Parts: sequence; structure tokens; C-alpha cells
Amino acid sequence: MLDGLINGIFNGISIGAVLLIVALGLAIVFGLMGVINLAHGELMMLGAYTTYVVQNGFKSFGDGAQDFYILAALPLSFLVAALVGLALERSVIRLLYGRPLETLLATWGVSLILQQFVRSVSWAMTFGLLVVCLLLFGGRAALSKLANLGPRQKLANFVVLVLSAGIGVTLGRSLNGNDALAKPWFSARNVDVTAPSWLQDSISVTDTLSFPAARLFIIALTIICLVGTFWFLNKSAWGLRIRAVTQNRDMSACLGIPTKRVDALTFALGSGLAGIAGCAVTLLGSVGPNLGSNYIVDAFMVVVVGGVGKLVGSIVAALIIGIVSYILGSGTLVLMLPSSEAIQPLIDTATFFATTSMAKVLVFALIIAFLQVKPAGLFPQKGRSVEV
Amino acid sequence: MITTKSVGKKRRRTLEAGIVIGLILFLLFIAPLLLTDFRLGLLGRFLALAIVALGVDLIWGYTGLLSLGQGIFFALGGYAFAMHLQLNLAGDGIPEFFGLYGVSELPWFWQPFYSLPVTLIAIVVLPGIVAGLLGYLVFRNRIRGVYFSILTQAMLVVFFNFFNGQQKLINGTNGLTTDTTLLFGQQVGSDRMQFVFYVATVIVLALTYGLCRWLTRGRFGRLLIAIRDDENRLRFSGYNPAMFKVLVFAVAGGIAGAAGALYTVQSSGITPQYMSVAFSIEMVIWVAVGGRATLGGAVLGALVVNWAQALLSEQFPEVWLFFQGALFLLVVTVLPKGIVGWFRDDAVRQIRDLLGIQPQLNTYPDLELDPDVKREQRELAGK
Repeated sequence: MLDGLINGIFNGISIGAVLLIVALGLAIVFGLMGVINLAHGELMMLGAYTTYVVQNGFKSFGDGAQDFYILAALPLSFLVAALVGLALERSVIRLLYGRPLETLLATWGVSLILQQFVRSVSWAMTFGLLVVCLLLFGGRAALSKLANLGPRQKLANFVVLVLSAGIGVTLGRSLNGNDALAKPWFSARNVDVTAPSWLQDSISVTDTLSFPAARLFIIALTIICLVGTFWFLNKSAWGLRIRAVTQNRDMSACLGIPTKRVDALTFALGSGLAGIAGCAVTLLGSVGPNLGSNYIVDAFMVVVVGGVGKLVGSIVAALIIGIVSYILGSGTLVLMLPSSEAIQPLIDTATFFATTSMAKVLVFALIIAFLQVKPAGLFPQKGRSVEV
Repeated sequence: MITTKSVGKKRRRTLEAGIVIGLILFLLFIAPLLLTDFRLGLLGRFLALAIVALGVDLIWGYTGLLSLGQGIFFALGGYAFAMHLQLNLAGDGIPEFFGLYGVSELPWFWQPFYSLPVTLIAIVVLPGIVAGLLGYLVFRNRIRGVYFSILTQAMLVVFFNFFNGQQKLINGTNGLTTDTTLLFGQQVGSDRMQFVFYVATVIVLALTYGLCRWLTRGRFGRLLIAIRDDENRLRFSGYNPAMFKVLVFAVAGGIAGAAGALYTVQSSGITPQYMSVAFSIEMVIWVAVGGRATLGGAVLGALVVNWAQALLSEQFPEVWLFFQGALFLLVVTVLPKGIVGWFRDDAVRQIRDLLGIQPQLNTYPDLELDPDVKREQRELAGK
């Protein structure tokens, strides 16, 4: 009975830790910048695929190296996701500050593109894309250097865009004829990442109680990420700037803080954390193009329940949601209730919701009920500027 | 002044009514002659989607509520109709699929759907009530903006999980097929019934258009736009925006329900996939492409995007997602007013800019360019 309870709480905490590591980057981007990033799940997916690639690279080094790929995969996932996030911020999100609903739609578009990208990326496609980028940016730079077109500049840029896209697509399609070049890198099927052997064991505490090492690793990783983020935001110079811009953008700009660089940095940080989350969830299941969409809605719920702009809110919310959904979904509640006639309806209800997907239904109902009491979440921002 | 204005308004309204009636006649009598049965079926389904787009336009374009959960109400309407058709087929027994899961007694909530009138009312009223209830719980607390969007998306996932998981109640993942069922003694999948549903879709679309036009005109419409543009100011002027939002959200839910029922019978059945996250966001993008806060734009957008999807995914199935993603990005960054809004406001000016033609100005940026000054200068030089 006690073991069952401890086991339940441990599993709940480990679900909460996964939720939290996914929601952490989201909370930073949403809380600090007011940007809804629906592509967050796809940035996670990129992190997961990076882990897959790193693992395959380490395989070629031999068996000894295989066990330590995760130590290289974690920073690389962070880096890949952060760079993609940076590019995303510079190209799209920069144009949409102050228009949160539009940002939401645009990032959804990005997530569709990224999903299809990992399904069909191949050497032919990579070459094609590289050629497009080279021609486009080279052509534009050359145009603006060499000729002064005045009002026809826009038209010229448009022509360069169409031409370079045309050339790139033609090249990509012609390269597609070669089978070796046209073969997709990952294809639409899920790929598997094998956890290092030291993460496949369980650590047993008593005879009946044992904790899987992978879950403990994720909990530890979440704590490290939390501490790191907390340190960065509260103790470093750039963290200070980020907090200043969050509180008052105009005044920060007046005082000489480069707000655009701060935005880019914040977004890259949030995206990088998504990459780490992606690396972490490879320990739990296989990696596929839809990996991110399984987590994104739950992660948003964590942010909403926790209250925007406070990391501690996200922590508490993730743990509560994790524990409640595990206890409901695994049927632990049914086992813990004493069986007596008086509470039979309660037991029936608990049994009805005792699957993972039905537990989600009940947890969401509880969230809606909770928001009736505290509409702004557990730890709302105080002050006059909280209107969103 | 007032009289000329009202005359102009009246003329515009007559023109609009004329165009709408013309289009209805075209869809009813000419389109069936021009298109093959397959294409006409597609058109019917897209017209059903245009109905739900009108609802999305009502809540997003006019009221500023970006709902990512219209799929809930769409699917509820579809399920209501499909349940009636399944019961029709089963006659006195219970629908066949229940046997697979060892259910021998009809679940209680199926009972009302034996009768056709009740079903037809439920198709609109049930999603409307659900939308009103959910809306009330959210708007009462002044939850709005992106929070509202996220919550509606979460609701969508919850409804999806529920319908997907309950085999014994509603046939779970497999959904309910309508193709082989009977309505008025005819098979629903037959060509004749499909044409009947096509005609019904055109009529419902026209009625919905009329309803939305009526709602967005006059005081109520201006209130909706005021909620979108500055809700606080509206509240300070003594209105309660929450109630208006609940009302308009419920209306949009009912519209989505009707659309869902018509779409279901024209696409051979309903599955929980109608409540997928992607499908509900697509509804928003139809409106964005056509032009939000223009009812014609919503219909146009739904037709254009879906037609493009049908053509493109027939030819190059892989490209469609790239294309759709790019569509989201483009419409948000380059074309925020949509096709209709762009034509109305910016088309002439932007094409002129692109070609580098200087516009004719009524005021002159430079004193030297003013014709009067030029004439004076000439006169002075002549002296």
C-alpha cells in the first residue's frame, strides 16, 4: 500500500518533470515575450532527431563510446534548436510582436513546415535549399550594391526571389533522379534511440520498490535546467536585461538596452530548452515527426495553470498535473479507495476515468474548474500591467 | 447628405443581395452541369466547410476571439446526424458496431436521436449549448486573447480523447459511417441523396450568410467590433462584453454544428479525426486567406484553400504541408487583410508601387511641383 503510493508519486513526479522540461522553454518565451510558440513541439522534435544523429555518430566509434553519446547530444540538441529558434525569430516572429494571435498562426505554419521537412529531407533537397539561399541572399546583396533601382527595388527583389526559387527547385528535382541523393534521411517512420546502458537499469530501494534510471535522469536534468535558467535570469547581465525588457520595454530601450537582441536571445534560449527536452524524451519512446504535438497542449496547460511569467508557478503546476494525471490514469485511485457500498458510484467514476486519455479529460475539467477560482493561474503577476 | 448616403447604402445592399442570389442559382443549376459527380461532391463538402468558416469569421474576424476548437462543435453536429442515421438503419435493434464490444443496451444519450425533428434541432442547438457553456466558463473570468485560444485547443484535445476512447458509447476511433445508412428510405451514399445534400448545403450556406450579415449589421455588429477593438472601453461604457461573447460564440458553435452534419453525410461518415488540432486551425486560416471581417472573404477563403488542397495533394502529396505552412506564414506577414481586404484597400496602390509608377497626388510633396507655383514662376520668368 505504502509502496504503491510512493511508486505513484514517483511516477507522477517523473511525468511532471517531463512536462516541466517541455514547458520551461514555453514559459520563458510566453512569459517574457508574450509570444505563443506553437512550433515549440517541433523544436523539441529537432532536438530528438539531433540526439538520433549523434547516437548514430557515436556508434561508429565503437561500443565504449556508445554509452556516453547523451553527454554530447544534450548540448548539441540545445544548439540546433536554439539556432533554428534564432532564425525563426529573426525572420518571422520579429515582424509580429504585439500581435499574439498572428504569431500563433505563423508558428503553426512553421511547425507544419518543420514536420514535413524532417519527413522528406534528403541530400537533393538540402542542395536545392542551399542553392536557393545562396542565390537569394547573394542576388539581393549584389543588387543593392551594384544598382540603385529606387522605387523598383521591391520588384527587383521579387524577381530575384522567384528566379532563385525556380532554379533551386529545378536543381532539387533533377538531383531527385539520383536514388542515393533522393533517399530521405529519416523518412516518415519513427526511428528509435537506444538509451545508454547505464540508463536502462532500475535502481531498487527495497524489494518491491525500484526507480527506472532513465526517469531519475530526466528528473535530474529538469532540476539542472531549472537551476540554470533561474541563475541565468536572475544573476547574469543578460538575464537582468531580459527582465528589464519584460517589465518595461520602452523604458529599457531608452536606457540603452538593445531590446531586439534581448528578444532574439530570449527566444533562442526558450528554443534551446525545447531542444534539451527533445533529447530527454528520446529516453522514453521512439522519435517521429509528430513527437512534439503529443506534448505541446499539456505544456501549455502547465503554463496557464502556473500563471504567466513566474517559473515557480510552472514548477508547481507541472508537478500537480503530473501526479494527478498519473494517479487518475493508472487506476491507483481505484485501488486506494476502500471498497464499500456507500462510495460505489465514486469507484465507478474513478474506474471510468482510469485510462491515460480519459484521465486527460478529467484533468482538463479540473483545470477549467480551477480557473474559475484563480483565472490568472497559481501565481499571477501583480501590478497594473498584467492585462494581456 | 443623409439621404444620399442611405440611398447609396440601399443600392449596395440590393447589389449584394443580387450577387448572392445569382451565386445560389449558379451553384444550384449551372454547377451540376459543368462538374463531374466527383467534383460536385467535393464542391458540396467545401461549401459545407464554408459554412463553418462563416462562424469562425463571426467570432474571430468581427469579435476577435480566436477559437482553435471549432472542430468540437463541427464534430458534435456531425455525430448527432450520424447517430440518427445509424439508428434509422438499425430499425428496432441497436446499431451493429455495439455488438463488437458486447453492448446489448442502447446508451441513454442515443435515445432522443430516434426522431428526425429532434435530431435536426439537436444538430444546431446541442453544439450551440456546449459552446455557450464553455464560453460562459471562460469569458466570465475575463480570460481572453491567447489564453482563450490555448484553452479552446485544450478543450478540443479533451473532446477528441473522449470520443476516441469510448468504443462502447460511440464506436471510438472508427467513428460512425453514414454511407450505407438510410434516410427517407434512400441510401445516403447514393448519387441522388448526395445531390439532395448538395442542394441543402447551398441553401444552408445562403441562410447562414444572411444570418451573419444580419448579426454584423447595426448595433449588435458594432458591439462585436467594439469588443474586438477595445473591450475595456466597452465595459466602461456600461456593457457587459462577456454576455455578448457567450452569445456570439454559441451562435458560431451552432453554425459549426450544421456545417458538420452536412459535411459528414457528404464524406461517408464521421471519425474523431474531425476533432484533430490541425483541422480546427485550418478553419482559421481559410478565414485569414479570404479576409477576416468580410463574410464573402470567409466563404471565398474556404473554397480557394480547400480546392488548392484537393488539387495539390492529388498531384504532389508531399508538397501540400510545405505549401500550407507557407500559406500560414504568408497570410500573416504579407496579406494580413486577406484576399478580399487586399483588393478593397491596398491592391491598386501596391501594384503601382511594385511597378514603380508614381501616384497622382492631390497635394504636392515639393513646392516646386505645384502647378500654380510653376505657372507663377513661368510668368515671373517671362516678365
